[in-house]
Amino acid sequence: MAPKAQWDWSVGSKTVVDLATNNDEVAWREESHASPDGEQVAAVVRTTDETYTVQVNDTLWESQFDRVWYLRYSPDGRLTALVNDGDWKLCVDEEAWEEGYGFVWNTLFSEDGSVIACSVSDSMQYGMIKDGEIWPNLFANANNFVLSADGAHTAAAVQTEPLGQAEIFKFKQGVFSVAVDGEPWERNFVNVWTPVISPSGTHVAAQVRLNLFEYTIACNGATWNETFSQVWEPCFHPKTNAIAAPVRLGGKWGMAVDGQVVWKPQFFQVWHQRYTPRGDRLIALVCPQYGRWTVAVDGQAWRTTFGDMISDLTTSPDGRRIAAVGKENERWTIIADDKAWPEMYDMCWKPVFSPNGDHVAAKVERSKKYTIVVDGKPYSKEFSECWDPIFSDDGNLILIRGIINNTYIRIVERVSTICG
Amino acid sequence: MERIYVFVSGPLAWIAWTVFVVGSIYRIWHLLKLAKEKEQVLFSYISFKYAIRSIINWAIPWNTNNMRLHPIFVGVAFLFHIGFFLILAFLSAHVILLEEGFGLGWPALPDIVADMLAFAVLGACIFFAARRVVRPEVAFVTDWTDYALLGLVAAPFLTGILAYHQWGDPLVVTLLHILSAELLIASIPFTRLSHMLFAPFTRGYIGSEFGMVRHVKDW
Amino acid sequence: MSERVWIKDEGIERGAEALTPERIERTINAVLGNETGARLMAYVETCAHCGLCSEACHFYLSRDRDPSYSPVGKVKQTIWPMLKNKGKVSVEFMKQATQIAQTECNLCRRCVQYCPFGIDIAYMMTLVRRIVHKLELTPLYIQDTAHSHSATLNQMWVKDDEWIDALHWQEDELRDEFPTARIPLEKEGAEIMYSVIGPEPKFRTQLIYQAAAIMNVAGLDWTMPATPGWDNSDMAMFTGDSEIMARLKRAHFETAARLRVKKIVMGECGHAFRSVYDTGNRVLGWRMPPIPVIHALEFYWDLLNEGRIKVAKQIEEPVTFHDPCNVVRGRGLHEKAREVVRAFCKNLVEMHPNREHNLCCAAGGGVINCGPPFKNARVESNRAKAEQLKATGVKICIAPCHNCHGGLDDIIHKYELDMELKFLGEIIYECMEKPEAQ
Ligand code: HEM
Ligand code: SF4
Ligand code: SF4
Ligand code: SF4
Repeated sequence: MAPKAQWDWSVGSKTVVDLATNNDEVAWREESHASPDGEQVAAVVRTTDETYTVQVNDTLWESQFDRVWYLRYSPDGRLTALVNDGDWKLCVDEEAWEEGYGFVWNTLFSEDGSVIACSVSDSMQYGMIKDGEIWPNLFANANNFVLSADGAHTAAAVQTEPLGQAEIFKFKQGVFSVAVDGEPWERNFVNVWTPVISPSGTHVAAQVRLNLFEYTIACNGATWNETFSQVWEPCFHPKTNAIAAPVRLGGKWGMAVDGQVVWKPQFFQVWHQRYTPRGDRLIALVCPQYGRWTVAVDGQAWRTTFGDMISDLTTSPDGRRIAAVGKENERWTIIADDKAWPEMYDMCWKPVFSPNGDHVAAKVERSKKYTIVVDGKPYSKEFSECWDPIFSDDGNLILIRGIINNTYIRIVERVSTICG
Repeated sequence: MERIYVFVSGPLAWIAWTVFVVGSIYRIWHLLKLAKEKEQVLFSYISFKYAIRSIINWAIPWNTNNMRLHPIFVGVAFLFHIGFFLILAFLSAHVILLEEGFGLGWPALPDIVADMLAFAVLGACIFFAARRVVRPEVAFVTDWTDYALLGLVAAPFLTGILAYHQWGDPLVVTLLHILSAELLIASIPFTRLSHMLFAPFTRGYIGSEFGMVRHVKDW
Repeated sequence: MSERVWIKDEGIERGAEALTPERIERTINAVLGNETGARLMAYVETCAHCGLCSEACHFYLSRDRDPSYSPVGKVKQTIWPMLKNKGKVSVEFMKQATQIAQTECNLCRRCVQYCPFGIDIAYMMTLVRRIVHKLELTPLYIQDTAHSHSATLNQMWVKDDEWIDALHWQEDELRDEFPTARIPLEKEGAEIMYSVIGPEPKFRTQLIYQAAAIMNVAGLDWTMPATPGWDNSDMAMFTGDSEIMARLKRAHFETAARLRVKKIVMGECGHAFRSVYDTGNRVLGWRMPPIPVIHALEFYWDLLNEGRIKVAKQIEEPVTFHDPCNVVRGRGLHEKAREVVRAFCKNLVEMHPNREHNLCCAAGGGVINCGPPFKNARVESNRAKAEQLKATGVKICIAPCHNCHGGLDDIIHKYELDMELKFLGEIIYECMEKPEAQ
């Protein structure tokens, strides 16, 4: 796939493929996936021979498998699937990785899509594979797998020692650790969750439980000096490698950076914290009042709150703007910079900012139809299926991918047309 | 003796009622404060509608499943509580006191009815005490405080009956009656008799949880 | 009926060895001081010591009305002395309190309905369990389960790949009967996420099979996650480990949110429902579940009423229905459940008491999960249920709850009841119209 600037950005609508055309070899088709540039739509299909393959636009992959699942486009437009031809393999653009294993799953992409990784288990041993290369060490169990944004490193929570049935005392001595690129930390913990790799690639931090009640954050195997009654996943400052994590003290949630409490514990919940891209602000999803949810910026909660939940915290690339999905009385909407969109929807997907942050758009559902909404204004057409919108680099155009009447179409529209 | 009587029936009565009123307000205020500080969450599960529904259903004798398993106890318990309040508020001697003291007046119970009620309340106390001895499941959770509370409650009725029937030295008996009644009144907020204050809250809360969240009856 | 024995459990015994009086005192005062408030105070001060809650409890009824098994009797042997002595209680006392709170109360909340003040004894037993957790006295088997929850986010140490594999396998099986059936994994934007409890992929895959069959026949837009978060069960809730409970429920709800489903439908489990609908959401700050949770009983009722599933045949033999506390006293689903049962079964014989006044199976509240050391005592403690079952005179008992199944199964064996246990889904699967089946 070409870089975004070179996609077809000419305004207008293009029918890519008519999905209604019958293909004799296809018994049924599973969910569709659109490529980032919108030029392809793919799905796992069951063939009339009772095998599986993948259909891209109107063409079937040549190879057929006992099973194909987890079809996903990488950010750079490569089509991946998990396939079984006796062994399990990851398949990229019809090309299966050479080695097969007992099981592979959980396909992960680096931010630009150039690196692909997944989880692997083979003969009761667990680890990760990155671009076809398996970890040098495998473990009795592994989970909480991650691939760093730049694709340079992988990490997971791993079990470093055998644990028999009901061995609760051994468990308390600690049998879990973090493995980075397959190398475990020297120290074990009672529990390890959500390793996170620093942008620099030099640090890995994770939540750890030291005994049954004391929680803290460990970085490269060393814990913070402070312990808490609970913590959630840490995140790194984009430049300084400082680590922020929600912590619970005296029954309320606050935020700690490198062990020091920076947000007073006054919330009923704090999670999904992140630094804005330049690292100047720390933001999170919070519950300031029992049963009410919103966004907090540097510890200050927004005024608009939601009763059901809040999710999908997003910042514009320049970090100026912040948005999230809010839910109230079973209806969803987008909230951007403390202002909710006027309409509520049956569902909203993660908000997408234009590169300069001027616009925010999202896929929404209304009465079983889907469309996209930009800055609160819905696009004129509705789809039986559609995908997240993508802005052009200058933010003036928007790419809409959707299916109408069994036809997959690719639309480029002027943002100003939608926003009126 | 007379001086003691004057003191007991005057200032001490004021003190007892003040302790009761202030104490009650304090206990309820403290309860709410504690809830606000430490269990704020609970307030979002209070529903006035379901709280009232629960309170009403538990205020009707023999209405709940469990009450029907204990028909005699329920009869006695209701008689006891109703009798207590009726005598407190409608005994002719109490009504006259109020009229004399505050110029407030309302109809009083016929003396014979009040007398019977007083015997009933006293009888109920004896019944409660007997139950605490006889029934193993009650005996198991009974300690001296339970008997003390029963004694505390029974005393004004016992002395009241004695006074009304002019049994014993009238002055001493009346004095004891007033004293024991004052002691009872003043102790309500600070003993397990505080159930009078807390019952609406415990009932209302659980009624709300059962009604609003769990969609089910709590009786 | 035998007297209560103080049972030796490795978790309790070894935990007790490490205890000091100071730690007990500190821990009790910390929990009662920091984590309780108006509710405990009002309960303790209001309780009239009247014993009226006794008859509510199947332990008391089954143990020949031994008062030490009555609800308030259990409070007397745990919370009261802790408060009175300001936490200065002996190691021996704590061991006994552990057995009482953790294995002699199902947190079934029947007593709440029997106390004239509505005092929540189950809440107080939960507090004792919290103290027990902080003193590391929790019985071995349930502690191991809680550890599984913490390490894998599921109850049975099921590894990430084993879960997916179990679903693939059930999908293959399903195709033998329904050639075009699917178990859609990770389908973003589906209407329903179906979630189950840990033992299903491990020991009871036929339940996943049956649920998938119902979903396919009903033509629903549904999905199952291929990541941790699929397990809705929660033994941490029953060991007083509210931190791990929070972690589990967060994973569950965030998985549903990630899949952008409108609701979570869950299998026939009682305690899991309590955890997602009542307890777990609250510790996270959600007043009600952020995404509606529909218990299987309600789900079946909906399907039947929307005409999505139809009755092809009825069970001729008489059946009885066990009301699981957690969806009956916990969610009032007793009438809906009966409507579904009556649709598929000719003759429903009620046990007494029933509906929201049912007697618990004595397995719930994590009691069965305390494992073999406590099994005899548990089964002896539910003679009342055995008598109730026996009185129906029927041979089929429908129990729409996993724990209830375990508990009732043990009772049926011990009291030689000659009864077969069924899930409601099993009956629906057997008796519904299956147009596309081969
Ligand atoms: C309106 C407020 C009150 C309510 C709702 C109430 C309710 C109750 C209830 C539900 C019980 C449990 C057993 C039963 O059903 O009898 C009880 C017991 C009792 N109440 Fe009250 N009560 C109130 C006021 C009082 C007052 C003012 C007194 C004292 C004079 C009192 C004295 C007692 C005693 C002594 C018992 C224990 C009986 C025993 O030993 O078993 N109550 N109350
Ligand atoms: S088992 Fe049920 S009835 Fe018995 S004490 Fe526990 S919650 Fe109450
Ligand atoms: S019924 Fe209620 S008030 Fe009476 S002993 Fe039981 S818990 Fe206490
Ligand atoms: S296992 Fe079933 S009957 Fe027993 S407590 Fe749970 S829901 Fe109740």
